[in-house]
Amino acid sequence: MNPAGPLLAARGLHKTYGHTKALDGAEFSIRPGEVVAVMGPSGSGKSTLLHCLAGIVTPDAGSIDYQGRELSAMNDAERSALRRGEFGFIFQFGQLVPELTCVENVALPLRLNGARRRDAERTALEWMERVEVDDLASKRPGEVSGGQGQRVAVARSLVTGPRVLFADEPTGALDSLNGERVMQLLTDAARSTDAAVVLVTHEARVAAYSDREIVVRDGRCRDMEHAL
Amino acid sequence: MSIGHTLLGLLESGPRHGYDLKRAFDEKFGHDRPLHYGQVYSTMSRLLKNGLVEVDGIEAGGGPERKRYAITEAGVTDVARWLATPEKPEPYLQSTLFTKVVLALLTGRSAAELLDTQRSEHLRMMRVLTERKRHGDLADQLICDHALFHLEADLRWLELAAARLDTLAREVTA
Repeated sequence: MNPAGPLLAARGLHKTYGHTKALDGAEFSIRPGEVVAVMGPSGSGKSTLLHCLAGIVTPDAGSIDYQGRELSAMNDAERSALRRGEFGFIFQFGQLVPELTCVENVALPLRLNGARRRDAERTALEWMERVEVDDLASKRPGEVSGGQGQRVAVARSLVTGPRVLFADEPTGALDSLNGERVMQLLTDAARSTDAAVVLVTHEARVAAYSDREIVVRDGRCRDMEHAL
Repeated sequence: MSIGHTLLGLLESGPRHGYDLKRAFDEKFGHDRPLHYGQVYSTMSRLLKNGLVEVDGIEAGGGPERKRYAITEAGVTDVARWLATPEKPEPYLQSTLFTKVVLALLTGRSAAELLDTQRSEHLRMMRVLTERKRHGDLADQLICDHALFHLEADLRWLELAAARLDTLAREVTA
């Protein structure tokens, strides 16, 4: 366990959609290099928590501190810059651009940050090698399997060297063998760069790749590390 | 499953005779294996000796089964400790976990917290196996996978139980 203080910490998060309380005083913290599984039943607020932590959704109340900076105090441009540079994302489906090749997909975040094409694709290929999909560089997403596509997405989520990787059911669409391989590669790659991983999952076998888990129920979090 | 803790938990709602305890146990937990009177008698003697229950009254002309038992403060603490301590993850835990969940609901404790604690204990074991699998050969991986699938099955049951707690609470307290 990393002894450093939290990299990202949320306190008293509230978020309501219509009459539904998605978050009701949720607390969360993660240290550099730590993999934390966010578990809980469907509709408990797991994804809302992830979206708030990543600055995609603004909570109605509460604070989110990222390395001493309050997310709600940032303007849209600052939050966008954070999401492009410091945060990485991986979802269950539909994250690769079908018209681009796999290496162009992986290089895309770097290109959006202003990197030259050749530099971006060289870095992209290095990451594809690490997650064992460099042989797919010139293929388009429609030509690769679900497991391969998800590994390409892992490479893309890490290509900018994010400090926090947000993974929302990253293996949800894969069979168990491919799912496990993705989790191995994802956690190995994240640990090698000391990135923290917020891993939303309902699957115990996926959560078993984490260092600890929190349980979200009715919009509140239970930190199981401190519960026992 | 700990019969002593289960009988203690049943006593939390109020003093009962040995016969009432057996009937309550059989009704809630003894579907396949009802308790023998001898088991109730020997268990209550042990609980009495350990100060976890006390005799609340004896009916006239009664043998040992006519004693009315009440739980002591030490007994309540003992039940609370048992419910809060996760079971060692191993196959075929369901009957013990089911008993704990029902008792938590009957005694007004949080069954959801109990299930969270158990999930956490299972995950701790799954992390150890997952780590072993990462560094093992194919034979190690398959052995770990077998254990992981069993633990996962337990966890699926836990999730299902957690999702049905409200309904179960209505049924067991009816």
